[in-house]
Amino acid sequence: MTTTPLRTDDMAPAPAPARDPKGDHLRLAGSAAGEIEAEGVYAWFGSRLVLENVTLTMERSKVTALIGPSGCGKSTFLRILNRMHEVVPGAQLAGTVGLNGVDIYGSGQRAMDTRRHIGMVFQKPNPFPAMTIQENVLAGLKFSRSQAKHRDDLVEEMLTKAGLWNEVKDRLGSLGGALSGGQQQRLCIARSLAVRPSVLLMDEPCSALDPTSTLRIEKTIQDIAGEVTVVIVTHNMQQAQRVSDFCAFFLAEENKPGRVVEAGPTELMFGNPADPRTADYVNGQFG
Amino acid sequence: MTSTIDRGLADGASPIGAPVPTPIVVNSEVSQPDKIYRLTAKTAGFGVLALLFLIGLFLVIGGWPAFKVAGLGFFTHSGFQTQGANPVFGVLASLVGTVEVATVAMLVGGPVAIGTALFLSEYAPRWSRRTLIALVDLAAAIPSIIYGLWAIFELQPNVVGFSTWLSRHVAFIPFFTVTSPPLNASIFIAGLVVGLMIVPIVASISREVFSLAPPGEREAALALGASRWQMIRTVVLPFGRGGMIGAIMLGLGRALEETIAVTIILGGSFSFGIHILQHGGTTISQMIASNFGSGGQLGNHVLLLAGFVLFILTMVINLAASAIVNRSRSGAGTDL
Repeated sequence: MTTTPLRTDDMAPAPAPARDPKGDHLRLAGSAAGEIEAEGVYAWFGSRLVLENVTLTMERSKVTALIGPSGCGKSTFLRILNRMHEVVPGAQLAGTVGLNGVDIYGSGQRAMDTRRHIGMVFQKPNPFPAMTIQENVLAGLKFSRSQAKHRDDLVEEMLTKAGLWNEVKDRLGSLGGALSGGQQQRLCIARSLAVRPSVLLMDEPCSALDPTSTLRIEKTIQDIAGEVTVVIVTHNMQQAQRVSDFCAFFLAEENKPGRVVEAGPTELMFGNPADPRTADYVNGQFG
Repeated sequence: MTSTIDRGLADGASPIGAPVPTPIVVNSEVSQPDKIYRLTAKTAGFGVLALLFLIGLFLVIGGWPAFKVAGLGFFTHSGFQTQGANPVFGVLASLVGTVEVATVAMLVGGPVAIGTALFLSEYAPRWSRRTLIALVDLAAAIPSIIYGLWAIFELQPNVVGFSTWLSRHVAFIPFFTVTSPPLNASIFIAGLVVGLMIVPIVASISREVFSLAPPGEREAALALGASRWQMIRTVVLPFGRGGMIGAIMLGLGRALEETIAVTIILGGSFSFGIHILQHGGTTISQMIASNFGSGGQLGNHVLLLAGFVLFILTMVINLAASAIVNRSRSGAGTDL
């Protein structure tokens, strides 16, 4: 990804062209990828401030990686982007998060609607174990009570996108819990994509997986990036370099809340970072 | 390739010739304190089983003379007329009444208990949760005689009106037809109060099972845009199904054997039928409690035999409950 010739085009400030014609076609067919603008975001757990004044734009149809040492607030920030932060008891936040210019925390906005537009894949694969593979993929549609006309086609399309179709096409009726860890995670990706979100958030999606599954999921991320905006939290620097267009480096200095130290195009962040702390981190000096 | 299978087939020597060692004897000697502990635990365990068996045996032996008199007619007759030359007695009305009371109790208490459990585990504000849980558990500690008194003085006068309404408007359901008023002291009212009595225990167990539903799956549902109720239906209820059924079955066991409250409410007539709204009816435990000591020698044998029937009934229910709970996923099968 980092070396594809399209990359310079991707970084152009104007609305970026899709990666390939196929991606463009899918984008027109489904809902369009969205742009997220977080502004002045603060987060608390109880009275403890864990995230301070984060302003970050995650560009349309691009992959943005959130990197940084453990406990710096990356996951918290990610969960703020689709209103999963408020699920945690005692969690509070301040600031605005705009999806295509609409504040998801604005009055009258419902968390359920936001989450349908901004999907999430978790660190630990969490398919519904009592549902079949097919039911898992369609679970989100059931929640929004949308009647998919060609369910079988949709299931095939989503599992194909998640790179799981060939492995499970003969046993769509078997339980989701019976798959291996890597397969479960891809099933979760397919499930998230089936509601055609504009943004997909991924919270260390590969940290519980083996290297082969990790590569498979990274490929999936590249495949879907044209039609959805991807925001991925990762501890793996190579992964950030491989999959992301943009990077944001989070850091929580001792006894202080997490902040964004530096954000920008991935090549720049890894090749020529402006802040010495970024340079230290991406070169493995700490964290 | 020297897989273990190859070695096994070679019978003592692998294909490449290296001798296969014989398995060593692992020292598995048990220490003295461990032996004592094992013996104590084993004694206690078998003691309980023996007690169960002996109680059953006692009931069979005690009830046998009554069975010799009545034969299988014990199950097809109703009544407790044990004196005189032609005694007539049987457990039919009591058995039917027991099942009816338990059914009403489950239909009323089950949903209320599950609703209570869901409220406590999913909806109640965090700050109020501990207090509410304690209150529900406290309700389980109210003696059943109190429930009985409350039911006869407070519940019954207020429920008769509802019974009348049911008998007028939903009488197309055979259970709700009334052939002979009045509508007090009925199976329905007895079932109602027993239903309320089992709410705390069923709610308490269900709540605990619900709260064990995997957080990862909960978040997965919410992140897909599920409402709270959709999340509960997708994750919490399927996960808790086994525990829930187990809890209801435990409640059912309690409902079957409940004596005091039922004895206070039901008059103890041996009339029986499907008309649960009208006066009359009896249960096995009520039959035993109200007739104890009044039937002479044969009477005691009859009551012991009736007791054996109840013993078997509750045992079957409880075994079924544990089978269902063991088969379920609640607490096992996933580490998410």
